[in-house]
Amino acid sequence: MATETLILPDRAAAIAPLRQKLGRDDWIMRGAVVALGLWLIVTVLLPLWALLSKSFQAADGSFVGLANFQAYFASPALANSIWHSIWVSLLSTVICVLLAFVYAYGLTRTCMPGRGLFRIIAQIPILAPSLLPAISLVYLFGNQGLVKWMLFGASIYGPIGIVMGEVFWTFPHALIIITTALAISDARLYEAAEALRASPHRTFWTVTIPGARYGLISAVFVVFTLVITDFGVPKVIGGKFNVLATDIYKQVVGQQNFQMGAVVGLILLLPAALAFVVDQLMQRRQLALLSARAVPYAPRPDATIDRAMLAICSLIAFAILVVLGVSFFASIATFWPYNLAPSFKNFDFDMMDGGGWRSYFNSLVMAGLTALFGTAVIFTGAYLVEKTPRFRAIRGFVQFLALLPLAVPGLVLGLGYIFFFNNPANPLSFIYGTMAILVICTISHFYSVSHLTAVTALKQIDQEFETVSASLRVPFWRTFMRVTLPVCLPAVLDIAMYLFVNAMTTVSAVVFIYAPHTTLAAIAVLNMDDAGDVAPAAAMAMVVFATAAVTRAIYMLLTQGYLARAQMWRKR
Amino acid sequence: MNLCTTSRLRRALVSIAAAMFGLSTATRAADLTVYTALEADQIKPYKAAFEKANPGVNILWVRDSTGIITAKLLAEKANPKADVVMGLAATSLMLLQKEGMLMPYAPAGLDKVDAKMRDPAASPQWVGMDVWASAFCVNTVESGKKNLPEPASWADLTKPVYQGQIAMPNPASSGTGFLMVSAWLQMFGWDGGWKYMDELHKNIAAYTHSGSKPCRQAAAGEYTIGLSFEYRANKTKKGGAPISIVLPKEGLGWDMEAIGIMKTTKEVEAAKKLADWAATPDANKLYAENFAIVALPGIASSMEFIQGDIDKMLIKNDFAWAAENRDKILAEWSKRYDGKSEPKN
Repeated sequence: MATETLILPDRAAAIAPLRQKLGRDDWIMRGAVVALGLWLIVTVLLPLWALLSKSFQAADGSFVGLANFQAYFASPALANSIWHSIWVSLLSTVICVLLAFVYAYGLTRTCMPGRGLFRIIAQIPILAPSLLPAISLVYLFGNQGLVKWMLFGASIYGPIGIVMGEVFWTFPHALIIITTALAISDARLYEAAEALRASPHRTFWTVTIPGARYGLISAVFVVFTLVITDFGVPKVIGGKFNVLATDIYKQVVGQQNFQMGAVVGLILLLPAALAFVVDQLMQRRQLALLSARAVPYAPRPDATIDRAMLAICSLIAFAILVVLGVSFFASIATFWPYNLAPSFKNFDFDMMDGGGWRSYFNSLVMAGLTALFGTAVIFTGAYLVEKTPRFRAIRGFVQFLALLPLAVPGLVLGLGYIFFFNNPANPLSFIYGTMAILVICTISHFYSVSHLTAVTALKQIDQEFETVSASLRVPFWRTFMRVTLPVCLPAVLDIAMYLFVNAMTTVSAVVFIYAPHTTLAAIAVLNMDDAGDVAPAAAMAMVVFATAAVTRAIYMLLTQGYLARAQMWRKR
Repeated sequence: MNLCTTSRLRRALVSIAAAMFGLSTATRAADLTVYTALEADQIKPYKAAFEKANPGVNILWVRDSTGIITAKLLAEKANPKADVVMGLAATSLMLLQKEGMLMPYAPAGLDKVDAKMRDPAASPQWVGMDVWASAFCVNTVESGKKNLPEPASWADLTKPVYQGQIAMPNPASSGTGFLMVSAWLQMFGWDGGWKYMDELHKNIAAYTHSGSKPCRQAAAGEYTIGLSFEYRANKTKKGGAPISIVLPKEGLGWDMEAIGIMKTTKEVEAAKKLADWAATPDANKLYAENFAIVALPGIASSMEFIQGDIDKMLIKNDFAWAAENRDKILAEWSKRYDGKSEPKN
């Protein structure tokens, strides 16, 4: 979710151009910034406000103060979930970040063979719903598990399964951040360490780790937030081990107890928001560390280290492939585990829960629209926030709104959408139950990372373009269409890709707001698993994965071919 | 950009927006939102047959487990979304009846419906469709491997040999789970029933969300015994699962699937058409493919793998009592078994 937060631009205020009077362009841009602000208020802030106020209300809407919170903490089962959530998330985070660090170290600091392949394999979990690893773990370690003996009699249903599933699912997120952190270290420090005859061990602890520490911290917070707010994995494999994310789902969907859902949602918002704030503070310090005179570090071959890293990375990559492979084989087996003859029986989704193949096509439409409109809104929005002259207070507020979704778990956002949009008094309530609300919710859910990507790209463009265009009396939108957009095309496509893949795989926000005719593929996975159709659930998860993977592959070919040519001017 | 392309772009955007919103607002002759707890593999043929007989009416299913559909209907009481409730447990429909949410309507052919299987009023608020009853699915491969005897009764399930071998639906979300609990409380008495469940709880490996899941899990060998219902048992065995189907000898818990029209529906005519269709012999023949006992007497059922006369094995079931005490039973159940931290499986 928040993977690209690290490669963040500096926050130096945009240099105000030399115009003093407000021209027509300025008014249009200011109007557009205000419109964007209003859009974000309606799609992010007001739903959160609705959630907050709901937690202080009784079922009939009367104000009851903290009564719901009292009821929550009076129920030992519910209050227990807080502790469960925290320790499971901490454990998953530690394991995931350690593994990702080793893997990233292998990718960036050694000359082990196959680094390109390892990079690709590590991205697999991002392309699947979080339910997929959980389902695979049942096939691996469940009571009929292929390698059940590896658990020495412990049950996969519960914390063990949750931790394993979450580590798998969050691994690429941690990896991207740590790889970036390790890639940008300064070779001069290593030269100095060598000159001072520091042992490799000492160099590692005094140069490598401190250099990557902000990346590590960022990865810790990102993974912790992802785990504590994910409900796909605990839903499938949590058994009787309750966590906050499944509690919200149970309260809202199972018991239609919306007030209690709001209470749990607020509790879940706390750690996520805290992680977000700390992460933001940390990043500001990271920027000061990098100097312009840094020399990129180039690893030297070292047979022992390269071989050791190859072994470890192969093991991790193998585990990822096994998890994916098990779901694949379960989905094409006729009747696991008794009849393993291949068949497509499990792909007959129309006879199962979850909405059938229609859910898949709905997902395609939803992901396509999210990528299209989301990219348009977010990139244009980032442009306006970056390039509108002066107008600081409003731009700052819009920037804050754009970053806010990063701190809001999907389940919480989705719940807020019910409260806000399903209120008959809301003039916007007509979008409730449509495809539009799913698209809007998904755009909001994944707004921040896309916004940051766009901002980073925009910051690379010299402000001169705008100044020159303005002095030639070229309207800003022409500069935007003819210069800014083509130059930023790689970032724009990145955003579209990111939105598409996440819209295909997301469950958390949309699970509360889909309607009978807008069922989605990832939610169908959840519903089929709930009804005991585990193999078809695995099949649908594989279809989602295949779609995301194929899209990603096409995208990679495109970027290597067309974009390489279109971006030729960047090179000399 | 010149004006021409701008307006073309605008037109394109408007039509895309219309398509997005249109999905919900486009009305065919009549869209009927039907809340149901019927199985996903049952509703397709029902929908097809009904829509064939009633062109112009389109069923939009909202399907989930009994407990969830019931909770959803109650939560939406102020602003109901459903037009018709079809294939929901009679005990749940009686709750809606008590809340005054249903419209009395005597469907055509009501006189032929089994008197026991409908609201007795002349204009009934709900009419039964079929009876569904509890059954065990026992995985013969796994019980062979583990040397487990085949259970023949509810009482057998509490034997220590079955520890960690049984999956059962959570009665709060599953109608199949609720009818079992209700049956135990009626057969063994209030105290005896809870004592039985305390014993059974020691052997339960997992409480599932859906009433079908325990049987499917037993079929896949995840747990050896799944407490489920006869339709799913029959269907799963037909699908090639190595299970034997046991009807417990003390008697079967059961409930009726029934249909009722929401008082608030704006599609009254279409809703009545569906209620009429649900009581036709054609509809009952479709039910009979899935269940042994249907609302119209004399329609033969075809359940290949169900041995024994289900009709005679059903317990004496006091629906009024079960509906009346539903909340109390579920609260007690959750207190005893849901929140409690469990022994490791």
